Amino acid sequence: MSMLIFYILAIVAVVSALMVVTLRNVFHSALFLVLTLFSVAGIYVLLEAEFLAAVQVLIYVGAITILMIFAIMLTYQITSKSIRQVNEQVIPAVIIVLVFFVLSLVTLIKTSWPVSNKSLPGNNTFEIGRQLLSTYVIPFEVVSIVLLIALIGAIIISRQDGPSRPGQEDR
Amino acid sequence: MVEYSWLIPLFPLLSFVLIVFFLNRNNRVSSYFAIAMILTSMVLSFKILVEVLANPHPYEAFITWLSWTGFSLPMGIYIDPLAAVMLIVVTIVSSLVHIYSLGYMHGDPRFARFFAYLSLFSFSMLGLVIAGSYVLILVFWELVGLTSYFLIGFWFEKKIAADAGKKAFVTTKLADLGFLLGLVLMIFVIGTATLPELNKKIESLKITAGMVEENHSSKQLHNAEMTVHEGVSKHHKTHNRTGESHEVGTATHGKAISKEDAKRTLILIGIAGLLMFMGACGKSAQFPFHVWLPDAMEGPTPVSALIHAATMVAAGVYLTARLMGVILISPTMGLVVASIGTITAFMAATIGLVQNDIKRVLAYSTISQLGYMMMVLGLGGYTAGTFHLYTHAFFKALLFLAAGSVIHAVHTNDIQEMGGLHKKMKITSITFLIASLSISGIFPFSGFWSKDEIFAVAFEGGHYVILVIGILVAFMTAFYMFRLYFMTFTGKPRDQHAYDHAHESPYNMTVPLMIFALLSIFAGWWGIPWLHTNYASFVFFGHPHHVEPNMILMLISLVVALSGIGLAYLMYYKRAISPETMAQRFKPIYTLLFNKYYFDEIYMAIIINPTYRLMEILFKFDQIVIDGMVNGVGKLTLLWSWAKERFDTYVVDGAVNGVGHLSLATGRAIRKTQTGQLQTYALVIFLGAVVLIFMKFI
Amino acid sequence: MMSELTLLHFLILAAVLFALGIFGLLTRRNAIGILMSIELMFNGAAINFVAFARYVAPQEIAGQVFTIFIITIAAAEAAVGLAIVILIYRNFKGIEVDKINFMKW
Repeated sequence: MSMLIFYILAIVAVVSALMVVTLRNVFHSALFLVLTLFSVAGIYVLLEAEFLAAVQVLIYVGAITILMIFAIMLTYQITSKSIRQVNEQVIPAVIIVLVFFVLSLVTLIKTSWPVSNKSLPGNNTFEIGRQLLSTYVIPFEVVSIVLLIALIGAIIISRQDGPSRPGQEDR
Repeated sequence: MVEYSWLIPLFPLLSFVLIVFFLNRNNRVSSYFAIAMILTSMVLSFKILVEVLANPHPYEAFITWLSWTGFSLPMGIYIDPLAAVMLIVVTIVSSLVHIYSLGYMHGDPRFARFFAYLSLFSFSMLGLVIAGSYVLILVFWELVGLTSYFLIGFWFEKKIAADAGKKAFVTTKLADLGFLLGLVLMIFVIGTATLPELNKKIESLKITAGMVEENHSSKQLHNAEMTVHEGVSKHHKTHNRTGESHEVGTATHGKAISKEDAKRTLILIGIAGLLMFMGACGKSAQFPFHVWLPDAMEGPTPVSALIHAATMVAAGVYLTARLMGVILISPTMGLVVASIGTITAFMAATIGLVQNDIKRVLAYSTISQLGYMMMVLGLGGYTAGTFHLYTHAFFKALLFLAAGSVIHAVHTNDIQEMGGLHKKMKITSITFLIASLSISGIFPFSGFWSKDEIFAVAFEGGHYVILVIGILVAFMTAFYMFRLYFMTFTGKPRDQHAYDHAHESPYNMTVPLMIFALLSIFAGWWGIPWLHTNYASFVFFGHPHHVEPNMILMLISLVVALSGIGLAYLMYYKRAISPETMAQRFKPIYTLLFNKYYFDEIYMAIIINPTYRLMEILFKFDQIVIDGMVNGVGKLTLLWSWAKERFDTYVVDGAVNGVGHLSLATGRAIRKTQTGQLQTYALVIFLGAVVLIFMKFI
Repeated sequence: MMSELTLLHFLILAAVLFALGIFGLLTRRNAIGILMSIELMFNGAAINFVAFARYVAPQEIAGQVFTIFIITIAAAEAAVGLAIVILIYRNFKGIEVDKINFMKW
């Protein structure tokens, strides 16, 4: 049963990811990204990480993708789909990425992973919370500061007012 | 207290930094701050002197500046009695010059900057005095040179002043090349460049080489050793220094340096010392390098007093004194130092006889006095040389400041346009007189004691030629100083307009004059040879060198000086009665020769003409030999340049152009890879990553 | 079909997503497309973490904790990245990265 679910989710994720990177219309790409992220959330559920699945949906699907779509709408005329969306290095990129993929596949299959027989703690959301505020409290604080700085930075970077920048008129 | 001596140079540095960065808008605050800082340094120096007087054992503190395998370059301070005395001299002269400048530089558009430069100069000079290694001395040495460039060219709108600054800088720089080479050689040979270690090393090498008492230059040392026996009981404490060095000596001896090796090393040290003495010649305006000092009189007069009388030129003498250990082991070096000093003293004194610019006469007299110091240092007279340095600083600074006061009043440097100023400027006149008496070596002014010390050393060492020349120079010194005095302050005013406008300088100028006058009288009393503990028992090298006071010598020098003054009196005071003759004086001195007074004719026949002839010969020598050499070098250079040009055109240019074309072609090809496309770069990076992963598989 | 779901399944899925992300990164002309590709790569890495947390070291739940950090950083990256995109758009009237080449010789 779980096998079947995994395959469905995996195929949806991979196909929609392929769409994300190949579609001409960047808005459609964003919609397929949502689909991929949903499937990944499903994968998390399969991996017994229910909390992460929720976080994935809330933050990725709910916030980041919406942000992307906003940016697309601010910067793009959705009607002008005819713009070529890929650059000239598709063929070398395909070759290199395939080589990379094959190499990682070989590595993954050849490695004998030290699989443990134990199972996750039953109440793993509780466990994550406990660890975040004990073992990982310093990374946790640091990452909060990073987030704060990123927010401030984003605001400052995209502010419209302020001194006119050189080059604004030239192009 | 003495361990805080590193603070002394920092006060003026602080003042420099603050004035340059914050205070320079406010002249009054800048100047007062600079004065406050240098006074602080002076107080500290006094405390250190008192402490060093109580315990003359040198204080040293070193930290490692650089180190690499098998070698380290220490940096630190070394306070021995000489350094303590020099600190006092520098800070006193500097403080008084600071105060004097308040009046002299009043209204100058760059008033604050002047004080900043003075502070920087004081910092450099004080740093040089306390520096404990030759490397550090070199650092401050160059700083002193740089600051003197700033100060001489302070009125850089005047082309002469700017040129003089350049001349001073370039001349001393040329000499500094010798210093640098000597320093490198010394570090290379000895492996150290700190003052105490150098002397210890020399001591030990001397013992190894077994030449403690061999060469003729160590005759002084011999004398010192003889006189020491009476000193031993008195100065027990000071002897542990030599005790230490003997221990070190035997320790190094244990490393089995062969006698020949030690001798060779000593010769190399002597060469290094000579090269370093070349630097000292530059700074102290000694014979081949003296040309910059008279020109440097274009700077403001307080600068002349500070730099060209008391401190900067003293740096060369100070360095030579610091090289005393080398002088004592290297007879050649002693000979060179003594001869250069003697030549300089004589040459500068003769030139000084005929100059008409008040500051230039003083400049030549400075050169001449520095020659004295070098001369006696070359004879091993460490105490006498440094003592003359100490007394000379005060009376020469006074002479310059008094001259500055006169210039301030009459706005000319030419003594032929002065005269009769005594009535207008009593304080300046009297202080100038005191300084003149002091420099002429009249009992009991301080110059008498130091000059006598020099003669005593020369006499004791049996260097009679040098002694005679020295006494001759003393005669000329007395003569030209009083020529200057009579021409400036007595007789009738020769320029009525200037005379009418002349006035006594303000208090901030006259007070330093009076203080210096007191110092010019009393500072030398420290060195009265009959005193139980005097300068000689405090500042000495190795062992206290107590020169026996020689009454006959003293009498001779006194008589000589008095006769010099007498001659000047007869020639310039008496003659000044007749104004027409004064008018004649403005004509070139050649016309003066044939139709003037008897005094003039004596003057001409005995002094000026031979001097002129000597100078002409020297000039011809310059023109023919020196210029010939210079031109020859120029022609050679031209030839060489021509050859080089050919070489350049065909070989170098060919190679350069070839390389250029190659680069161009390569660049054109490689440029294609720089697409400016981020994603191309990312692709290449990723390709690299894949290749690395792939290599893991092989 | 295999009967049991193993670690390898998840790792291969993650590798596919990561490779697709790299492909997008290398080929999209659109700056927002590039950002989306980067999100794909983040997800590939995050799946790896969660899978290892499930199969290799289930007792210490570190993999999941780190996934939270990844998501946080991804959010920060998206915010700053999109702000830069907006700025680029304002200055260049377009967000095709191959047009932004004024650093080129």
